[in-house]
Amino acid sequence: MDTATPAVTVALHDGTSVIASSGQVDARRHGELLLPAVDRVLAEAGTKLDAVTGVVVGVGPGPYTGLRVGLVTAATFGSALSVPVHGVCTLDGIAYAAGQDGLEGPFVVATDARRKEVYWARYENARTRTGEPAVDRPADIAEAVAGLPVVGAGAVLYPESFPDRRGPEHVAAGALAALAAERLAAGQELPAPQPLYLRRPDAQVPKNYKVVTPK
Amino acid sequence: MAADEPLVLGIETSCDETGVGIVRGTTLLADAVASSVDTHARFGGVVPEIASRAHLEAMVPTIERALKEAGVSARDLDGIAVTSGPGLAGALLVGVSAAKAYAYALGKPLYGVNHLASHICVDQLEHGPLPEPTMALLVSGGHSSLLLAPDITADVRPLGATIDDAAGEAFDKIARVLNLGFPGGPVIDRLAKEGDPKAIAFPRGLTGPRDAPYDFSFSGLKTSVARWIEAKRAAGEEVPVRDVAASFQEAVVDVLTRKAVRACKDEGVDHLMIGGGVAANSRLRALAQERCERAGIRLRVPRPKLCTDNGAMVAALGAEMVARNRLPSDLELSADSSLPVTEPHVPGTAHAHAHSHDHDHVHEISKDNLYS
Ligand SMILES: [Zn+2]
Repeated sequence: MDTATPAVTVALHDGTSVIASSGQVDARRHGELLLPAVDRVLAEAGTKLDAVTGVVVGVGPGPYTGLRVGLVTAATFGSALSVPVHGVCTLDGIAYAAGQDGLEGPFVVATDARRKEVYWARYENARTRTGEPAVDRPADIAEAVAGLPVVGAGAVLYPESFPDRRGPEHVAAGALAALAAERLAAGQELPAPQPLYLRRPDAQVPKNYKVVTPK
Repeated sequence: MAADEPLVLGIETSCDETGVGIVRGTTLLADAVASSVDTHARFGGVVPEIASRAHLEAMVPTIERALKEAGVSARDLDGIAVTSGPGLAGALLVGVSAAKAYAYALGKPLYGVNHLASHICVDQLEHGPLPEPTMALLVSGGHSSLLLAPDITADVRPLGATIDDAAGEAFDKIARVLNLGFPGGPVIDRLAKEGDPKAIAFPRGLTGPRDAPYDFSFSGLKTSVARWIEAKRAAGEEVPVRDVAASFQEAVVDVLTRKAVRACKDEGVDHLMIGGGVAANSRLRALAQERCERAGIRLRVPRPKLCTDNGAMVAALGAEMVARNRLPSDLELSADSSLPVTEPHVPGTAHAHAHSHDHDHVHEISKDNLYS
């Protein structure tokens, strides 16, 4: 599952292929949409959650409120079911999906980081990221990535900085799961499900920092 | 403790404490809390994003700690309760998401409950079943309200609330003016013990004959105290910190207890419950005791650890929901930062239960979004 971007996406993968999946795009309702989507995907596959032997979750980077929904859900599933929980960089999932669509490297993946910035990373090919994900203003990196195809919502939002736009726009949990399954089958370790925030928290105390009883 | 009483796990993440409690009926089995208060201290208040990040880190370890402490298996739970509001939206969302995932994975009913009603219900763990109706005074950094609860699971009525600052917020602000750090409650309580509560006559907000009888206002008091301190400093005089703390605290607890006792008398209620973080204040407890005794009212105040935000209070209300057969919430349950106090819990729509496979998503559209 992945909630690091406006997409709330869930898929069930059996190690070979995606059995069922769900993708909804709604940047403000991750919390409401995720569990019903899990339920729907399992129902479509004709199985129950306790049949799952591992959980893979997108660790971002992504806007924090939504990102945490997927991470805490995955961690709780892991605890309740006593199964391992693996993290996968959300940008890696998008890159992998671009590769499934036929895109060959090198290319860039960029997603919406809000505040007129993008989360982005460079890829040698669909399976190989070069360097750590970063957060920047599109104009500030346009020159550095000039000539490279750009995948993801960042390219949709900032065509002047990223003219060579390629699909897909959003992350799909099926691609995330397939990538994780491939790496696990190859004996690779997947990172812990820790969030990639990439920004320090805004350390501002709101004026009325806690809600008072409505009258 | 009867084995047939509901065994419920409660999750609370409305502010800066990640709380997970486990109760069986009205018996407390575990109360695990992870607090991020130290991280917030240097900012002088709770920073929402820092709180949310801390909740994510602490959530699963705190659930596991609570289960271990209670010596029960998650499989034996009769329900999962969670604070769905009011509180900080992003913080609530971590707890609500965890509770939904836990309930779903274990196949248990889910109860999204109201934070304020939970603060009242927690007293069942200390003093047994709540009388009906219960009169409650809730005072903390986030709330100051007088509530009348004929049925804590279904009928909670607000009689009055603060029109500006919460009582606990006033403590924090005065502590800041006096350079005493955050949070302000405990340090002011301690210093006030060595000061004279009558040294300075600070104003009692909203206590005039024409003022709303059960509403509170602490903003004027806060300004008045700050001005008094600044005047002393401007005159080059030493600020009598202990006397200021004692006189300020007296003004707050005088108004709180006076209004609460009056509400009990007006409504013919012979019990008063006091909850919320400020209920840990020793002077509030003492004055409330004195005034309740004089008025023939029985005072119920839980131990301080149950007054501050915790998961046990959520579990206590969840257990009551199970015991009274209240409708569980559904998987679409939202975090509602402004959940009205009149809604003790958030029942699901009747057609969608926890394991329905034919969700009708129409009702989702009408729900308010609560991220903003
Ligand atoms: Zn509270």
